[in-house]
Amino acid sequence: MWIVGTPLRAGPQAAEDAHASEREGLEAARDAKYREIRELEMDHRTGKLSDEDFRALDRQLRAEAVAILRELDGLH
Amino acid sequence: MPTLGRALILLALAVALYGIGAALVGGWRGRRDLVDSGRRSVYAMAVLTSAAFLLLELAFLRDDFSWEVVSTHSSTTTPLFYKVAAAWSSQEGSLLLWVWLLSLWSSLVLFLTRKRLRDVVPYATAVLLGFGAFFCALLAFLESPFTVLAAVPQEGTGLNPLLRHPSMMIHPPMLYSGYTLFAVPFAFAVGALIRRRVDADWIAATRRFGLGAWLLLGTGILLGARWSYAELGWGGYWAWDPVENASLLPWLTGTAFLHSVMLQEKRGMLKMWNASLVLATGTLCILGTFLVRSGVLDSIHAFGASTLGVPFVSLIGLMIAGSVALVVSRRDTLRSEHRLDSLLSREAMFVGNNIVLVGLAFVVFWGTFFPLIAEALTGDRKSVGPPWFDKYTVPLALVLVLLSGIGPVIAWRRATWRNARRAFAVPVGSALVTVVGCVAFGIAEHVSATLMFAAAAFVIGTVAQEFWRGTGARRAMTGEAAPLAVITLVRRNRRRYGGYLVHLGIALLFVGVAASTAFQDERDVRLSPGQTTRIGDYDVKYVRATGGLDFDAGGRLEKIDLGAVLDVRRDGEPVAVLRPSYGLYPSRDVQNLGPLGRFFEGETTSEIGLKAGVLRDVWTAVSPDTQALRPIVEKGDKAFMADLPKMSPEQASTSLTLAVTALTQRYARRPPPATFRLITSPMVAWIWIGALITFGGGIIALWPAPDAARRRASARAAARVAQDLGRA
Repeated sequence: MWIVGTPLRAGPQAAEDAHASEREGLEAARDAKYREIRELEMDHRTGKLSDEDFRALDRQLRAEAVAILRELDGLH
Repeated sequence: MPTLGRALILLALAVALYGIGAALVGGWRGRRDLVDSGRRSVYAMAVLTSAAFLLLELAFLRDDFSWEVVSTHSSTTTPLFYKVAAAWSSQEGSLLLWVWLLSLWSSLVLFLTRKRLRDVVPYATAVLLGFGAFFCALLAFLESPFTVLAAVPQEGTGLNPLLRHPSMMIHPPMLYSGYTLFAVPFAFAVGALIRRRVDADWIAATRRFGLGAWLLLGTGILLGARWSYAELGWGGYWAWDPVENASLLPWLTGTAFLHSVMLQEKRGMLKMWNASLVLATGTLCILGTFLVRSGVLDSIHAFGASTLGVPFVSLIGLMIAGSVALVVSRRDTLRSEHRLDSLLSREAMFVGNNIVLVGLAFVVFWGTFFPLIAEALTGDRKSVGPPWFDKYTVPLALVLVLLSGIGPVIAWRRATWRNARRAFAVPVGSALVTVVGCVAFGIAEHVSATLMFAAAAFVIGTVAQEFWRGTGARRAMTGEAAPLAVITLVRRNRRRYGGYLVHLGIALLFVGVAASTAFQDERDVRLSPGQTTRIGDYDVKYVRATGGLDFDAGGRLEKIDLGAVLDVRRDGEPVAVLRPSYGLYPSRDVQNLGPLGRFFEGETTSEIGLKAGVLRDVWTAVSPDTQALRPIVEKGDKAFMADLPKMSPEQASTSLTLAVTALTQRYARRPPPATFRLITSPMVAWIWIGALITFGGGIIALWPAPDAARRRASARAAARVAQDLGRA
């Protein structure tokens, strides 16, 4: 009971950062996009993508990553 | 002690109910203190249920027969190893194990996410505590493991002999870990839907729990299959039993979820499908838990009829209604962010794989619940057997294995036919060589098996090629030696190469299933000592009968073993000497079975004689004709009934033991013909080898990448993206 009640004894805490959940979501999307970029590189290296397709998709993915980073910057 | 156990469960229930309220109010009003208090309620529930479970285990270890559950599921003669497992062989003990594991996993995930997903976590906490409260309420009011007997017996009934197998020690905890771990993504999905936060974050936070659940549930299912093969005496590993099927259902939908969730993580696709899948998987886990303990469907694995039907049906109804309401009300936020770029893409393969997996789940569900459906519609309880299941599952399994080979060689987003042709050359070549081999060896008339071998060869070709090309790319980049390059490749790309190994393991497992089903020879034959029979390419000679007695540490007779020695030869060459036996456990019913007869009329087990090999298993079981001993036993019963009242308990015990010994020796000297089940199955071992590879691949995919490697890889990707930012 003591353990369960500890946070209550400290009293109500400040409200959450309004943007916290949005930031977490964008950070997760950014990490997933980085992973996708790495996967694409791996697909290219293992011969699943032609150079031409790789360049086009890589450009597209990086543009998507940039858009996510800009959104993240907008929250700071 | 039982009072303390009951108090702990009541306290856990109270804490869970408080925690639900605190988490919901905290989430609703944005009160961190209440949310934290709710999370701590989960930790407290874990401590309380751990203590309760420990008390139960101690009661079993101390042979405390004042506990009803101990007296009915253990005895002083039960080996220590099985006393530990006996705790969850009962309905009540297994419910306690369920809630204990749930509280441990819930504590772990809430600890790991204590600084993340702050808007989703309160609702996930409430859902997890809701499950905890439900099971604590069952333990407190309907199926208490802490019930005390008014009259304490001197001895317990003992553990069901069928459960005395090592895999039974691990099988239930594995299954329950799978079920309870799937509650984690279920709870977070509910939280994410309530908060309309269906981005990649909750998936990233719970992905490992989903994968862990899939892995543990799969391991539990395989251990059950192994137990069935080695212990049940019918020679098979899968019987489409309702309880087996119930554990397979969430595993199938969970497998679909683990694939399709990658599409949401990477591209924001299939959000509604993923939410539905994870909610269905969680619900199917509860349904599986319910089926084992409801008695609504006949199963060898079930605990039998119980009073748990109404609460479980209510919970399942609530989960279904709540899930549908959440998905429908959130359909606007669940729209896909992208569409499929091409049908020749890994995304498309994942969609295909999901359709097949859900199709399989539907077939299994329909076949499992057909008796109830038929009864509701016609009033007759009819069931469908293995041929019905095989008719639909075999073609679906073939497509599934094939897709598990196609997916890895197709690129994300879109692939070109030119690249696909190049990628498929080796796998298709492997499949064609396999088909030619099947034709050459004259086994191609088994079309399903031949197609499965070809599909598996395709997958093996794919995985081998992927490792080969990946290692080549790595060596070209770093100049590493091949073995080091393979290790580094896997370490740096755990999800990808762990996944490939899982595909390889599943393909091998299906090779074992296809071969052992299509090319199995099976015979039930009655033999006398000296006689020989033929099964497949093997001659099996019944050399002699055996009879033995097993005594416990206290010198009491625990089991009579009536067995056989079989000489197995192939082309005259000795292959193995097998010793199947039949265990007879004494019954406690002296009144109806007689003082001597009770030793021959109790629970029975079959210990198989097995010569396992990489290419073929020779499997034997014996059923001795104990009825042939009946006239002597009846004569003995009459004599003992007359003399026992005049004997002291020690004299009676000694006399009965001597009589049983004499009867057993007589059986061994002059045995009546015994019935044997003889089976030769090719490649059964590949089921277990495939399962081990799948397990290993799953562990690799589950294992977190080293921080340094992850940081390096992310930093590289970030640097490339930063170039674009600089240019923009």
